[in-house]
Amino acid sequence: MKYQYESQRLSYPYFVAAMLLFGAQIIFGLLIGAQYLWPDLLFPAIPFNIGRMIHINLLVVWLIFGFMGAAYYLLPEEVEGEIYSPKLAMVQFWLFLAGGAAAIVGYLFRWHDGREFLEQPTLIKIGIVIVVLMFIYNMIMTMIKGRRRTSISIVLLIGFLGLAVFYLFAFYKPANMTVDKYYWWWVVHLWVEGVWELIMAAFLSFLLIKLTGIDREVAEKWLYVIVGLTFLTGIIGTGHHYYWIGTPAFWQTWGAWFSAIEVLPFAAMVAFSFKMVGKRARQHPNRAAVLWTVGAAVLSFLGAGAWGFMHTLPKVNFYTHGTQITASHGHLAFYGAYAVIVLAMASYAVPNLRKATGIITHQKQEVFAFWTMAVSMVFIALALTGAGIVQVYLQRVLGISYMETQAYMGLFYGIRLFFGVTFAIGLVVYLYDFFFPGRSKSLNVA
Amino acid sequence: MTKMSARNMFIVATVVVTAVFLYLTYLSHVAFTAMTNPEDITPQVAHGKEVWEKHACINCHTLLGEGAYYAPELGNVIDRRGEAFLRTVLETTAVEGWGGTRRMPRFDLSEADIDALVEFFKWMDRVDTHNWPPNKEG
Repeated sequence: MKYQYESQRLSYPYFVAAMLLFGAQIIFGLLIGAQYLWPDLLFPAIPFNIGRMIHINLLVVWLIFGFMGAAYYLLPEEVEGEIYSPKLAMVQFWLFLAGGAAAIVGYLFRWHDGREFLEQPTLIKIGIVIVVLMFIYNMIMTMIKGRRRTSISIVLLIGFLGLAVFYLFAFYKPANMTVDKYYWWWVVHLWVEGVWELIMAAFLSFLLIKLTGIDREVAEKWLYVIVGLTFLTGIIGTGHHYYWIGTPAFWQTWGAWFSAIEVLPFAAMVAFSFKMVGKRARQHPNRAAVLWTVGAAVLSFLGAGAWGFMHTLPKVNFYTHGTQITASHGHLAFYGAYAVIVLAMASYAVPNLRKATGIITHQKQEVFAFWTMAVSMVFIALALTGAGIVQVYLQRVLGISYMETQAYMGLFYGIRLFFGVTFAIGLVVYLYDFFFPGRSKSLNVA
Repeated sequence: MTKMSARNMFIVATVVVTAVFLYLTYLSHVAFTAMTNPEDITPQVAHGKEVWEKHACINCHTLLGEGAYYAPELGNVIDRRGEAFLRTVLETTAVEGWGGTRRMPRFDLSEADIDALVEFFKWMDRVDTHNWPPNKEG
């Protein structure tokens, strides 16, 4: 279906920026993955700490670009009205792109702060806050001016408001490292295991309504159940980061119980998407978008739900905390939940935005890219889990030193890099189709 | 269940867990006094934390298990290696970097920076972590 509101086209530059930064993220991911095997690669020009900083910052920036782009596509259809200020949306786009690029290039020249994931220099942090406030202002005004208010748009707004509010804790840098870590998690955990899940669930509901033709009332009831479970479990679930950092022992009880059920909102998303696709009122021609949508639910359940549960109980976490087990969970959770939901929104929205190429293009390529990237990421997670098991046994149980233990983990790092390369192949196929849709064979769908 | 009852459950659940979470945060602050020795955070320790951040150490090392897993845990480095060895590593790093494989890059560290880092790690070592890590090797 062609886009219905002119201002939905604002989402396109956001998706383009997201895809380019995604590509760059994977290049740096391959670099630091390779440094595990060949530590002297590009050393000391881009040492591991700088490469990793860029890998993860690019992830966060492209996901937020994707979230905002997807929101600009979704909002007009939800509220039945144009985006309040297209001009503001474009100013905001260029400001965000300039700020993001300045941060990434700055890292290469050692212009950075030093708290994990929050390395943006203060000036850039202030810029990010301004960009997000511009976005939220535009969003609220669009909702006020629009003809209807839907639960999807309200949940999405709560998600973005939370994103803005919790980022403010990035400015708080106490000298007490334990207190620092305590509030650092208010940005990191309350984003990815809190308000970002609202953004994800809102997109999931929107996509399922559009792709399956299910009743909005039913979809929005599910949405409230999902986000209710998210906050019920995720807020006190923050406690699973407070086991061993100088925080009181009661967190081991609270953190364990609540984080153990953090799997529930993801289980609900899986149930929701399978049920709705099973009962679909129509067969949507964009089957790749359906695949990405259901894929987001399933892969987030695996990565965030199952892989998260695996090491969340204190008795287990005592041994796994700070090993490659954490890295394995991080990769599958971020890809499965947030990368795939953005790709699902792009997969649905971008063909609708293009006049030249018709409604649906490149289904085959997209399906190939979906499976290549999904299977690769599952194997990356499995390889790192293998590495983590070796590390837990040798270092944590037998007490062998860190560097000696690492020498036994090379095989798993090799497997991880191999699947990093196959992931990149899937991404290249995806990006080629994204940027040159006319050049791949399109299916003839009426 | 109707959409409205689902929405109301969302609101009630959020309010209740937020209240509990904030109360537990208050209790945590009460406990920090005994668990983290805030009276020992001298200007030197605070400067050590700044040096730690300036060079983005967290993006290779872990500190109380949080960080990048590419280099050893440093929360208990004083206990594991002792002050003298730690000093040797930092002084060498300031000149040429450290290590054979997975080398630590050369960092611009003054004498004062090195002293501050050592004091910072001494303070870290005394944070009550409920006996984590499982053994000295981190």
